[in-house]
Amino acid sequence: MEHLISLFVKAVFVENMALAFFLGMCTLLALSKKVETAIGLGVAVIVVLAITVPLNNLLYQNLLKDGALQWAGLPNVDLSFLGLLSYIGVIAAVVQILEMALDKYVPALYNALGVFLPLITVNCAIMGASLFMVERDYNFSESVVYGVGAGIGWALAIAALAGIREKLKYSDVPAGLRGLGITFITVGLMSLGFMSFSGVQL
Amino acid sequence: MSEVKKVLFGPILANNPIALQILGICSALAVTSSMSVSLVMAIALTLVTAFSNFFIAIIRNYIPNSIRIIVQMIIIASLVIVVDQVLRAFAFEISKQLSVFVGLIITNCIVMGRAEAYAMKNGPVMSFLDGIGNGLGYSAMLMVVAFFRELLGAGKLFGHVIFQTVQNGGWYQPNGLMLLPPSAFFVIGLIIWALRSYKKEQVEEPDFKIAANSRVQEAL
Repeated sequence: MEHLISLFVKAVFVENMALAFFLGMCTLLALSKKVETAIGLGVAVIVVLAITVPLNNLLYQNLLKDGALQWAGLPNVDLSFLGLLSYIGVIAAVVQILEMALDKYVPALYNALGVFLPLITVNCAIMGASLFMVERDYNFSESVVYGVGAGIGWALAIAALAGIREKLKYSDVPAGLRGLGITFITVGLMSLGFMSFSGVQL
Repeated sequence: MSEVKKVLFGPILANNPIALQILGICSALAVTSSMSVSLVMAIALTLVTAFSNFFIAIIRNYIPNSIRIIVQMIIIASLVIVVDQVLRAFAFEISKQLSVFVGLIITNCIVMGRAEAYAMKNGPVMSFLDGIGNGLGYSAMLMVVAFFRELLGAGKLFGHVIFQTVQNGGWYQPNGLMLLPPSAFFVIGLIIWALRSYKKEQVEEPDFKIAANSRVQEAL
């Protein structure tokens, strides 16, 4: 249990998806103008990560890993080169199923998240979390905790950035730096701040 | 002919994917600490964007709208697997340094963004050129960022010593910050500033106009 809690804290702060590994930057920069949209997108990312990372973990451990097909009588088969294709397939499928299900059963939530859901397929944070899960060989319960933690970390980063940008629009930025330029520099400073977590040992 | 030129060279300065369209930033930050790695990444991404645009444009009229994202993803993912396997076979050292970022070409927004925005509406040849063009825009940005980071951070270019560092008995005190990822943000931010000072039409409108200073008499 203690191990899982420390994994969770690590995923949220020390190995923050957005500010330590720079994944999901495109959406982070493009959609952080308002705190409300940022939180909506953050929630969507948490939900999708919490579903896809464990699903991909099951897929990897039971089908793709070297020797994983032993239960089917094929101990020498290594399908790990199909990994990229299967993970992205799972992610795209989950996102579209989620979109249809939300549209049918929870229209209020669909309207809140609707615009962002398709974008999540191309959010590198989702794919990156699955690839890191494979690289570090997490088991099922670890992958659930890691998925949720990585999602919360990303949501935290985008909400914080949106908060800063909402205040920043009242300041007098040089013309060429206005908008995207100053946002890059802000994120750079935020990630310098988050680098101070990198010394934390758990 | 001018159409071809516009599609091919437009994305380099006028409509740069990183500086203006906000696409494909993750890998631009993570792989740019050395020039040779960025060059490989840039070539890989340009090829994947061009060919995925090409194939998607060929079958664009047969893809049902509701599952188009999955279809596009599968085409892109297959191309990335090819690139990944080729890199492992012929440039193993560099593929080790790129680690997960080759895989993340799949989710690189440039590839997906161009497939969705251009290849779904245009013919295969133009789409192919559009892919090359956007790949070039991305490559140009990547190489400029990598140039500054490697030169200032390690005193080298493509691994060759340009500035002899203090540790090796030279004069240059390397700036360690440039090798850390946050510096990529600062470098890209400054490049955007330079680019927009040159191309004024890219400057964004402020959300709030700041009122001019009140006159001295009024303040008294």
